[in-house]
Amino acid sequence: MANVPPIPKRISAIKFGLMSPKEVRKMSATPIITADTYDDDGFPIDMGLMDTKLGVIDPGLRCKTCSGRAGECPGHFGHIELVAPVVHVGFNKIIRKLLRASCRKCSRILLDPTQKQHFLGQLTAVEEIGHRPDDLINEVYKEASKVKTCPYCNEEQLDIKFEKPSEYLENGEKLTPTEIRDRFENIPDEDIRVIGMDPNNARPEWMILTVLPVPPVTVRPSITLESGQRSEDDLTHKLVDIIRINQRFQENREAGAPQLIIEDLWELLQYHVTTFFDNSVSGIPPARHRSGRPLKTLSQRLKGKEGRFRGSLSGKRVNFSARTVISPDPNLSINEVGVPIPIARILTVPVIVTPRNIEQLKVYIRNGTLIHPGANYVFRPDGRRIKVTEINKEDLAEKIEYSWMVERQLKDGDIVLFNRQPSLHKMSIMAHSVKVLPNKTFRLNPAVCPPYNADFDGDEMNMHALQTEESRAEAKILMRVQENILSPRFGGPIIGGIHDHISGLFLLTRFENRISAKDAFDILRKAKAHELPAPASHDENGVPYWTGKQIFSQILPEALNMGFPAQVCSHCDVCQEEECPNDAYVVIRDGNLIKGTIDEAAIGAFKGKIQDRIIKEISAEAGAKFIDDMTKLAIRAIMRTGLSFGIADEDIPKEARIQINEVLGKAEDAVQNLIRSYENKELEPLPGRTLDETIEMSIMQKLGKARDETGNIADSHMGLENSAVIMARSGARGSILNLTQMAACVGQQAVRGERIRRGYAGRTLPHFEVGDLGSDAHGFVKASYKSGLNPTEYFFHAIGGREGLVDTAVRTSQSGYLQRRLVNALQDLEVHYDLTVRDTRGVVVQFKYGEDGIDPTKSDFSKPDVIQRIIRSVMNKEAAE
Amino acid sequence: MSISETTIESMTKDLPLPSNIMKALRNEALNAGVSKKEMEEIIEQVMEEYKESCIEPCDAAGVVAAQSIGEPGTQMTMRTFHYAGVAEINVTLGLPRLIEIVDARKIPSTPMMTIALSKENADDYAYNREKTRALAWEIEATRIDHIADVTTDLSQMKLIIDLHEKAMEGRNITIEQIKEKFSEEMNVMVSISPDFDNQIIITPSEPSYRELLQLAKNIHDVTLKGIEGIKRVVVRKEGEEYTLYTEGSALREVLQFEGVDRTRTSTNNINEIYEVLGVEAARNSIIKEATDTLREQGLTVDIRHIMLVSDLMTCDGEVKQIGRHGISGEKASVFARAAFEVTVSHLLDAGMRGDVDELKGVTENIIVGQPIRMGTGDVHLVSRKKEEKIEIEDECGV
Repeated sequence: MANVPPIPKRISAIKFGLMSPKEVRKMSATPIITADTYDDDGFPIDMGLMDTKLGVIDPGLRCKTCSGRAGECPGHFGHIELVAPVVHVGFNKIIRKLLRASCRKCSRILLDPTQKQHFLGQLTAVEEIGHRPDDLINEVYKEASKVKTCPYCNEEQLDIKFEKPSEYLENGEKLTPTEIRDRFENIPDEDIRVIGMDPNNARPEWMILTVLPVPPVTVRPSITLESGQRSEDDLTHKLVDIIRINQRFQENREAGAPQLIIEDLWELLQYHVTTFFDNSVSGIPPARHRSGRPLKTLSQRLKGKEGRFRGSLSGKRVNFSARTVISPDPNLSINEVGVPIPIARILTVPVIVTPRNIEQLKVYIRNGTLIHPGANYVFRPDGRRIKVTEINKEDLAEKIEYSWMVERQLKDGDIVLFNRQPSLHKMSIMAHSVKVLPNKTFRLNPAVCPPYNADFDGDEMNMHALQTEESRAEAKILMRVQENILSPRFGGPIIGGIHDHISGLFLLTRFENRISAKDAFDILRKAKAHELPAPASHDENGVPYWTGKQIFSQILPEALNMGFPAQVCSHCDVCQEEECPNDAYVVIRDGNLIKGTIDEAAIGAFKGKIQDRIIKEISAEAGAKFIDDMTKLAIRAIMRTGLSFGIADEDIPKEARIQINEVLGKAEDAVQNLIRSYENKELEPLPGRTLDETIEMSIMQKLGKARDETGNIADSHMGLENSAVIMARSGARGSILNLTQMAACVGQQAVRGERIRRGYAGRTLPHFEVGDLGSDAHGFVKASYKSGLNPTEYFFHAIGGREGLVDTAVRTSQSGYLQRRLVNALQDLEVHYDLTVRDTRGVVVQFKYGEDGIDPTKSDFSKPDVIQRIIRSVMNKEAAE
Repeated sequence: MSISETTIESMTKDLPLPSNIMKALRNEALNAGVSKKEMEEIIEQVMEEYKESCIEPCDAAGVVAAQSIGEPGTQMTMRTFHYAGVAEINVTLGLPRLIEIVDARKIPSTPMMTIALSKENADDYAYNREKTRALAWEIEATRIDHIADVTTDLSQMKLIIDLHEKAMEGRNITIEQIKEKFSEEMNVMVSISPDFDNQIIITPSEPSYRELLQLAKNIHDVTLKGIEGIKRVVVRKEGEEYTLYTEGSALREVLQFEGVDRTRTSTNNINEIYEVLGVEAARNSIIKEATDTLREQGLTVDIRHIMLVSDLMTCDGEVKQIGRHGISGEKASVFARAAFEVTVSHLLDAGMRGDVDELKGVTENIIVGQPIRMGTGDVHLVSRKKEEKIEIEDECGV
């Protein structure tokens, strides 16, 4: 721990190979001959499966091989001498191919020397460019198995057949593993190279086992049940089976048992060894536990999501982490995270004692583990760990010296990583600085919800306390929230105002808002602006007032200049820009909001142009400060006016209701007309569509139009005094569609983009006539959510709703797999110093990243505006001089 | 005092700027009428900005690209079908389409072509409705169902085909052509009925019921005219120009037709583009299809990410899948392959071959538990003590 070597050793490469019997015996600590595990005293039996030479798992015992205790001893292999060789299941395919490709007499690969030379040359060539040789090797096997007489000894080759699970038949006669092994042993080295194997590390005969390595006990620990009974690991069970059969086989052979019995036993041994390696081979019944559960043997341990590779090696469990529910705290900066005291007391940061911090560390140690900024452990230079307790804390505080290490508790300002699953992009893990707070939830600024995709309906998040100086530095420079405001996905801000932030600023800055000095200071209080500019004007009584725009300007950096249309922009044909009658064109000059309404397009997450510009032109820090101030300002602003939404907001006047009913009635008539013309075969089909498709499409279109029309009617009766409209128009939450569904008409319910047709034969529900094509019978909901749905409408609505749920469930798994595949394929691509993108083999994927070398995060540069801006600024400067 | 175009060009010609920026710079400078001194300052600032905007070496561009494309996947709708501009043709869109693209499927679930027509003169195909219609019928596959009723006469052991004259006229096909086609395609006796107009009689080569029924089934699959696989052609007028949209795709065949503008005709079948036009065209096609799919869903993804994926898929000269049978299955590292899919067989193969894992990639290093060589892990700093030269070993191996 304390004495980590300065430069960590690197494993430069790992070589794979097959194990020769010699090697297996060499690495074995002991042969295993008895199938028993423990004696009556519960002590491991010598030469048994739990022999202490294989390592120890029980506390108190010492390993006989390395004399380490449990936990220290890594475990050692043993071996079982198999009475007769058996095939390794994993290599069945290769063995079959090789039998067909090699001579049955002289064991040479059935290709003439020139062909071999040719393939060898190709193999080296393929290796050089770093490609996989699979296709080439398959071709070698294919070519060789075509040859019918050996070019070396003229022996005629017989047909080799493979029968599941592991039987090889040569012209109907069984080939024993011994025979196969003999053949493979005689293949000369140079021929082995031709089939893509390495004669030094992987000779083909090693694919047939004569001696079985026994994994160390640490790999297959037994567990003691509450009853005191020992329960062995699945692998141990399998090994017991193998040893038993092996013994019986030997006894029978020595006793000269008939050939039939020998063969049976051989097959049984083969079965057990097979299932020891892989218990899910097709064609053989899986070996089962006494309870009937299939055993989890070697390949089951490696495979799949929870397997060794994906579950334990690619994803590891870590210490110094915490997880709890999250809740919002708008008073925190976006760079901060509120950490509950109980967590802060457990997570620690190691600090080496130096003259500069020794006094402070002593204070921490004296605080102990119970008073917050305390210390939990002290490490002596020799690596011994001492726990700080109420009893020894005073002593320890006196004892510590330079170069000791203290694990002090997390305190304000520490850098930690914060994460929410699913971690779909790099902004799912960001660095925050700690703010220790009471209570039991993590607190975060609601503005950072979008990158994490978090909300506060019970979401939990993880926190990791960083343990080294390097990691803290890296996290602070690269992973801090403020460094990640701009998303590399589209080069815009992913952090910004949400929900009430947008409504708040919308209400504050829209048109002329008269705000008194008292109110102005109240709104700006949290934003840390202490002065007001000159008042906009004075009211009738001569009292000065300020506009909302002026107040918002207080949090803008002074150097900011920009103009853009707001979210509320109605996209007129000719934009009047500054003169916009709807106050929908934002103009900021020298950090003053001159015109326009601040809404989603200005400060929203994903869209906000102001944060975007501040970060790109000034700095990330200024951007973070702006977001902090903006959220606080917005919340105080919305608290001043208030914004509430109730059932009365969905009220529409009586005449609007009449109009809506009229529209719906007309649509209904139009649909009936269509149906009539369809039934009279007068309907013209659309080109390339059948009549049935045509009528469905036209009905859908008619009804869709009717719904839009009702929406427009409702919309025209609801103005910006309606809070739902405010939210929808400013982009804070919801859409006009949501509103019209609540107030006017829900509209057509669809399954797979079509009207609802499923149900009974010829009709959707017994309430309708068979063959009714009308709008009601196929899921058109005339009612609004407020007026309430009738039973059939309600049912159709539920059908449509269910489709949505199923859709989401299917989509998450599909897109998750897509993401996994993409990341797996692309993870090794790296930009090199010459801006080429290469993979691990050095293959150039792109000669210049993105063809222009520009970072997508800063992709604005690829747009000509930047050039214009530079030219303008230079020209202006020159003109000024 | 503004400078001339040639001066601007000579001043900018050696700058290592991307071409679009260069063009913008030249145009804007010319329009603004800058002086030499101003131009120098502009160039300096532009270069400064460019340097700022460049991607940093050691950046894990691959992971960022993968995440940028994968992350919006969760927000995509599953709505498989949508009308791509043309109401008559259904096209797979959304997440299923994106999956299809990175899977490099041989045939997409809804192949579709956009056939642009030549417009060399005022009366060329693109402006002439008649010519366009005629071409559309030439391309669309005509089957017997489109132009006739087929009845099976069991007593006489024959198939009677009653042709509709109007439909035949519309598709510009004659009874002789149909007869010829049938005798060419199938081993049958075809004759024009002597008794009725527009009737063809087909008798199987062997008089057996099995044969007859088989024939009655097979007859529907014969393409009488047009290109096999193009189920439907829709003519649409876009602006001044007529364009054909097809359901089904056969790029090679369509490009042979007169009146087809080969430079603007395209298909959504990437593999077909690869076979007909080559790997560079396939690469561009992947970019186009992926961008269109994402844009249709209202998701903004920087084109550089899509380009990187596309380049990786095509950098070996063929279109490879993102996944087990493509990129991920051909990785150099045993561990990387084993950690992705089909763990055990990769390990067994590696053992048999005596493979060496060089531990260069990300997964491998995570597995053995050491820092990855990317980003900050790719940079090695060796501090030098004062006045003492230390031999810097080539430890990082870069």
